Amino acid sequence: MSAYSSLAMVTSMVIYLLAVVAFAAEWAVARRLEPTSVDASILVGAGGPDELADRLAPATQRRLLRLDMFGRVGLALMLVGGAVHLVAVVLRGIAADRMPWGNMYEFVTTALAVVVAAYLVLAARFDMRWLGLPTALLAAISQGLAVTVLYVAVAPLVPALHSVWFVVHIMAALVAGAAFNVGGIASILYLLKERAQRRGSVGGYLGRIPDIRKIDTIAYRFHAFAFPLWTFAVAAGAIWAEFAWGRFWGWDPKETWSLVTWVIYAGYLHARATAGWKGRRAAGIAVLGLVCFWFNFVGINLLVSGLHSYAGV
Amino acid sequence: MTQVTAEAATEAAPLRGGELGRFLWTQLTSMRTALVLLFALALAAIPGSLLPQRPVSPIRVKDWITDNPLVGPAFDAVGLFDVYASPWFAAIYLLLFISLIGCIIPRIGVYVRALNAPPPLTPKRLQRMPDYRTASTAEPAQSVLQAAEQQLRSCGFRVRRLEDSVSAERGYTRELGNLVFHVSLVVMLIGLAWASLLGYKGNTIVVEGQAFSNTLTQYDDLTTGAAFAPEQLDRFTIWVDQFDVKFETGPVQRGAARLFLAKVRVAEAGETRPGVIEVNNPLIFGSSTVHLVGHGYAPVVTVRDGAGDVAFSGPVPFLPQDGNFTSLGVIKAPDARPSRLAFEGSFLPATVTDELGTRSVFPDAVNPELFLTAWTGPPREETGAPENVYSLDKAGLVQLTEGEKKVAFRLKPGESFDLPGGGSISFDSWKRWTKLQVGHTPGLWLVLVSVLVAVTGLCLSLFIRPRRIWLRVVGDRVEVAGLERAEGRGGMDDELNELIEAATAGKGTT
Ligand code: HEM
Repeated sequence: MSAYSSLAMVTSMVIYLLAVVAFAAEWAVARRLEPTSVDASILVGAGGPDELADRLAPATQRRLLRLDMFGRVGLALMLVGGAVHLVAVVLRGIAADRMPWGNMYEFVTTALAVVVAAYLVLAARFDMRWLGLPTALLAAISQGLAVTVLYVAVAPLVPALHSVWFVVHIMAALVAGAAFNVGGIASILYLLKERAQRRGSVGGYLGRIPDIRKIDTIAYRFHAFAFPLWTFAVAAGAIWAEFAWGRFWGWDPKETWSLVTWVIYAGYLHARATAGWKGRRAAGIAVLGLVCFWFNFVGINLLVSGLHSYAGV
Repeated sequence: MTQVTAEAATEAAPLRGGELGRFLWTQLTSMRTALVLLFALALAAIPGSLLPQRPVSPIRVKDWITDNPLVGPAFDAVGLFDVYASPWFAAIYLLLFISLIGCIIPRIGVYVRALNAPPPLTPKRLQRMPDYRTASTAEPAQSVLQAAEQQLRSCGFRVRRLEDSVSAERGYTRELGNLVFHVSLVVMLIGLAWASLLGYKGNTIVVEGQAFSNTLTQYDDLTTGAAFAPEQLDRFTIWVDQFDVKFETGPVQRGAARLFLAKVRVAEAGETRPGVIEVNNPLIFGSSTVHLVGHGYAPVVTVRDGAGDVAFSGPVPFLPQDGNFTSLGVIKAPDARPSRLAFEGSFLPATVTDELGTRSVFPDAVNPELFLTAWTGPPREETGAPENVYSLDKAGLVQLTEGEKKVAFRLKPGESFDLPGGGSISFDSWKRWTKLQVGHTPGLWLVLVSVLVAVTGLCLSLFIRPRRIWLRVVGDRVEVAGLERAEGRGGMDDELNELIEAATAGKGTT
């Protein structure tokens, strides 16, 4: 069972890599379109290029069709990859006979499945296929690291993890983490596009994603969704710690960095309400928050020893 | 130039105390300061996660300072080895909370006033609003307004009827949520302060078959809050009858812990009842909890002195040093005569000797052995001074030797060793000990409640969509406009369309 799970994990990583290629091809084609010939806001809209296409030169038309095809292929690959990935996570859970969140490998792979699922919903329901390139990149790279560096065979949990609060804590952290990652991707795109705009050269991929105000709002929504969940995850972790170790807060490196991450994101929300910090600076803070999140996850697990050293690597 | 003179002018007229105070207060309670303080807090918390901290691992702090003689003492002087108790860390969070209080109190006032005020007058030029549309209608103006008012009220808006228009607002709960959230943070801090002032936390090692009574003298270590009094200790006694441990024996994560379970009896208020303590399943007495936080081995030994009498007999807890429970300990027989005896050494639960040397390869006691060196010295007066039972004060002792060679021996259970010069030690068996942590955290419920309330307030504050909608009738035209007052999910479009539909459908009664 666990062998099939691992096989499916690796397969999903390969499919995500193919999706990266497809999205990158979409991006490459878009680059060859003269910036003026494509009005991003129309193309990105639901209707697709049909009516607009009539008014464009045939070469451009063909490019647009190719562009759209690559995008669709990428999306389809993400869907297939996501399905395989989901199967892998479920099989892992069955093999371990518990929720598959007992170590870093399991946490990363599950969290990524949530990210991909979120992307698929966004692409299907909210016309956000344009998040494909960064999402596929994130999924392929992290999945690759998970199966190579972080992999551990199935094993039962250590007693400290036998707790409902652990399950609640991990679940909240997982979903919050996925949302922070999507929000962070949006913030990064915001920063890239904003810089391109200031330089007056918005072309290619950046030209095809929505206008920066819209990206900003999308980023905000993901962070606003993730933040209360993260707050809850940290609180549930503290409750769990009270049961497991008899202290709800001990400034363990993991706890400290969860708090640091939380404070940075609180700063992000404040920044958006503060004149002069809106936009670019707020997006910068969001990226900083994401860096802290990842450092807490990868850096602290692997570099610093503490009670939370459950990486199992 | 002008700027310079302007600055000079302000300098020339020094601020009076009150003004300066007000200026500082305004600065401190500004959103920008809150932002800066938040980042300062995040930054200040980091060194404590990267450097060893004294409350957690004093030995690693000492080693770190020894290894880094250049910066170590300087770091120590500024409190980098106890960041979370350092004055500068406290200064940052206290400033943050003062700023927070200074920020929310006026906002509560503003909020209460806003709750009591009707929605604002309809702006003159609705077309300037971000969402705006018009429609024509054949209905009389009053009927349209009436229908619009009904529609808005049924959607939960607070509505103000004006002569030729309707002004409506909803989403007040957002600000309420925001205030609740920020107030809860302050309450949480109060709870934390309460817990740390009145609480205590202590550790004790109890060997299987022995008992612990909750009195000061029975603790190996005890940390107490500033306002703690010894009478606060809840009265109870715990016998640890049996301690079960299981380790992973399969190939994956071999040696990882799989089960810890202490079977105990508890005596409290004259009653004795059985109980169990597991990781994640503490014993709870009122606001005291007893957690299982560690375990180890206690070899049971019998020491006979030179006169052939039993000078010491019983289990001696050895302290584990690594994941395979290589344990160090000291056996003392101060009553041995003619000279007192002491032993120092290690206990290996799963002893293996190969080309890598002798070591323990598994945490469970599959092949336990005791490795000891022996010390002796003239009898000493009982001073009554507390003595560390886990280390040997070698003043006045000499190591036993046989010729040139220092005496060092290894024992399996059931074996004994005759000391040169008389006396013997036998390794009878071994027991497990558990480390129990007794904690008393009085303000914990307040912290918990405030966190839950905070999360609720936070959700309100982030997900409620405050907005204003206006509708005005100008002749046969209806104008509607909307204003989102916070970043939300959107949805104003639909709302305005529905409003137009309802208002112009002719359902309003005049
Ligand atoms: C302990 C430190 C603080 C933390 C952790 C914190 C956290 C937060 C969070 C997470 C939000 C976003 C949720 C919301 O919109 O309600 C927020 C909003 C807000 N905070 Fe704070 N805050 C702190 C201190 C302060 C201080 C000192 C001020 C006053 C200057 C302040 C003023 C505000 C305001 C006005 C908002 C609303 C922003 C908006 O409408 O979007 N906060 N705070």
